[in-house]
Amino acid sequence: MNVHAREFNESARRCAADLTHRGLIQKALAGYYTKRDENQGRFQSWSGARDAAAEIKWEAINHLDRYLEEFVSRLEARGTRVFWAPDAKAARDYIVSVARRHKIRSIVKSKSMTAEEIDLNGALEKEGFEVVESDLGEYIMQLRREPPYHLVFPAMHLTRQQISDLFYEHLGSEPTDNPEDLTAIARRVMRRKYCEADMGISGANFAIAETGMISITENEGNARLTTSLPKVHVAIVGIEKVLPRLSDLALFLPMLATAGAGQALTCYNTLYGGPRQPGEPDGPEEFHVVLLDNRRTELLADAEQRDALHCIRCGACLNVCPIFKNIGGHSYGTTYQGPIGSVITPHLRGLQDWKHLPQASSLCGACTETCPVKINLHHHLLHNRRNAARAATSPLEKILWAGFALMMRRPGLYHWAARLARALQPLHGLVQGTLLDPLRAWAKTRSFPRVAQKSFRELWRERKTP
Amino acid sequence: MTNREIILSRIREGLKVAAPHPYPSAATARQSESSASPRQWLPPVGETLEEQIELFRRNADDLKAAFRVCADTNDARQFLQALAAANGWKKIGLHRGGLVEAVAPRLGLAVVNTEGGYALDDLEGCDAALTECEVLVAQTGSVLVSSGSAGGRALSVLPPHHVVLARRNQMVPDLAAALRWAQEKFKGNFPSFLSFITGPSRTGDIERILVLGAHGPKKLTLLLLP
Repeated sequence: MNVHAREFNESARRCAADLTHRGLIQKALAGYYTKRDENQGRFQSWSGARDAAAEIKWEAINHLDRYLEEFVSRLEARGTRVFWAPDAKAARDYIVSVARRHKIRSIVKSKSMTAEEIDLNGALEKEGFEVVESDLGEYIMQLRREPPYHLVFPAMHLTRQQISDLFYEHLGSEPTDNPEDLTAIARRVMRRKYCEADMGISGANFAIAETGMISITENEGNARLTTSLPKVHVAIVGIEKVLPRLSDLALFLPMLATAGAGQALTCYNTLYGGPRQPGEPDGPEEFHVVLLDNRRTELLADAEQRDALHCIRCGACLNVCPIFKNIGGHSYGTTYQGPIGSVITPHLRGLQDWKHLPQASSLCGACTETCPVKINLHHHLLHNRRNAARAATSPLEKILWAGFALMMRRPGLYHWAARLARALQPLHGLVQGTLLDPLRAWAKTRSFPRVAQKSFRELWRERKTP
Repeated sequence: MTNREIILSRIREGLKVAAPHPYPSAATARQSESSASPRQWLPPVGETLEEQIELFRRNADDLKAAFRVCADTNDARQFLQALAAANGWKKIGLHRGGLVEAVAPRLGLAVVNTEGGYALDDLEGCDAALTECEVLVAQTGSVLVSSGSAGGRALSVLPPHHVVLARRNQMVPDLAAALRWAQEKFKGNFPSFLSFITGPSRTGDIERILVLGAHGPKKLTLLLLP
C-alpha cells in the first residue's frame, strides 16, 4: 500500500469515529439541503436545465481547441496578456516572473482551487512575496496553514470558538463567539491589505469564448476588490472552464449558485474582459490570464471519462456523498475532494498512487444524480477501478480470481468447496481477528454469515426423491 | 513548439477519439427547438412591467436589500437626505451621470467623484456610494453595473453602503435578457468590467451562518425612478 493510501485509511478511520466532527458537517450541510431544494423548486424544470447545461459543456469540451483560440484572440485584442501553461511549474514560474518584473511587495488573492492545485502560494512565498487569502474561509485556513476542507466551503469543519481562538492568536483580537464580529475582524484586516496590495490573483469560474471574458462568482466582494484595486491582476484558469457564448451564463450562473450553495444567484457574478480601458476611472494596468493544462488534456484524451471536464466545481457531489460526510474533506489528501476528486485525481496525479480513492465509494450514485452538468461520476469511479486493475493486478489476486473462475465453471468442484467451507467454518473462531485470519479485512466490522448447512443442489435432490 | 502549440496539439490529439454524445434526449430537444432558450427551464417571470417590479421587490426582500419606488427625483432626493441623516453620512462617492446629478448636488455632503481617477484612501473613507446601473433583473433581483454606468470597478464595492439609481425602463425580465441587452448595447466593444450585483455582500464561511457585509457593502439600497 502506498503512502497516500495509508494516510487516507488512517485519516478516514479517525474522522469516521469522530462524532463531533461528523455532527458539525451534518449541521452545516442541513441548511444547504433546505435552501438547495427550495431554489431547485423555483426552476420550471431543474432536470431540463441539467440536460441543457450538460449539452453546452459537451459542445465546449468536444471543440475545446476552437473555443480556446476564440477566447484567447478576443482577450488579446483588448490588451490582456495570455500565457499558456502546459504544467503547474510553467504556470508558477510565469506568475513569479510577473511579480518580479513589477517589483511587487504585497499580493492579495481571491479563492481559486486551480491555484491550490499548483501550490501557487507556496511558490510565491518561497520567492519572498507575501500572499494574503481574502476569502474569509480561505483566510482562516491560511492562518491555520491547512488546505481547504471543501471546494466551496473551505472552513466548514471549524466552530466559531476555534476561529475566535485563531484570530486571537494571530491578530490579537478580542475573543467572541459572534460570527458577525468575527467577520468584521477579518474585514478590517483585509481592508488594509487591499489598499496596500500591488498585485491581485484570482481564479475564474467560466471563460466566455464569444466575448473573451472571464466570469468570477463570489458572495463576499473579495474577488471584486482583488481585481479592482491592485495595478496587476493575474487570473489562473483551467482550460476546461470554457463556455461558448455569453448567453450560456443565463443558465450556468443560477445553476452554479443553486447546486453550489443553495442560493438563487450568488451575490457577485462579474465579467472581466481586459485591463483598465481608456476612459475608465480604475482597474489594473495589466491583466494576465494563465491558461492551465496540467494533465487536463490526458483526461480529455480518455473519451470514456471526458465528461469529467464538464465539472464547474460547484461541490454539490461532495455535499451529498456519504463517504465525504463521514471521512471529511482532509482525508482525501487532494486538492479536489469528494466524488469528483476521486474521479479526476487519478488522472491528474497518477492512477497507481491514487487508485484507493475510487475504491472509497459505496457507488450509491447520489453524486451523479445531483451533478448539475450530469457527469457520470459513480460510473467513472468504476472505470478508474477497472483501469487500475488492468494496469497492475497483484499476482496473488490473479491466482485467486483464476481459482474462483475455475470453481464456478465446474459444479463438482463448487460442491466440494462449499462442503470444505462448511466444515472449516467452526474453526474460523480460533483465528478471527488475528493476522492468520484470511477474512480479517472483511470481518473487521462485520460478522461473517454462516455457510448454509445444505446447498441448493442438496435441497433439490432431496425434493426430487422424497 | 510554443506552449500554445503544445497545448492545442494535445487537445487535437485527444479529441481524435470522439466521445459518445451522452445526452441524446437533450440533443434531440435542441434540434427540435432551434431557438432553445434557457428561459424555459428557469424560474418564471411575469409578462408585464408591473409584475416584474413586484417580483424584483420580493427578491430584494429575500436578499435583504432595500427597494423603493420613487415618484420623481425630488422624492428620491428627500429619501436619500433622510437616509444620510439617519446613518450619519459625511462623505459619499459618486460618478458623473444624469440620475446622479439630478439627485446628489443638494444632499449637502462631501463627495468623491471617481470620474477620471481618485485617491484610494479618499474613496475608502466614504460612508456610501451613489451609482447608476445598466439594467435591473426581475428574475433574480440583480443589478447589472459596468465600469461605465457605475463609476468604475471599486465605487460599487468599496464603501459600506451602495445606493443604486435606476429608471423603470431599465427593468428587464431575466439574466438572458440582461446579457442580450449588453451585447446589443456594446456591440463587441465591452467595458473591461461588468457585474451582476445580487444583494449586499455576504458570507457563510463561519458555521454556514449568514453574515452581511463580508468585504463589500453591508447595505444595498435600490431606488426606482419613473
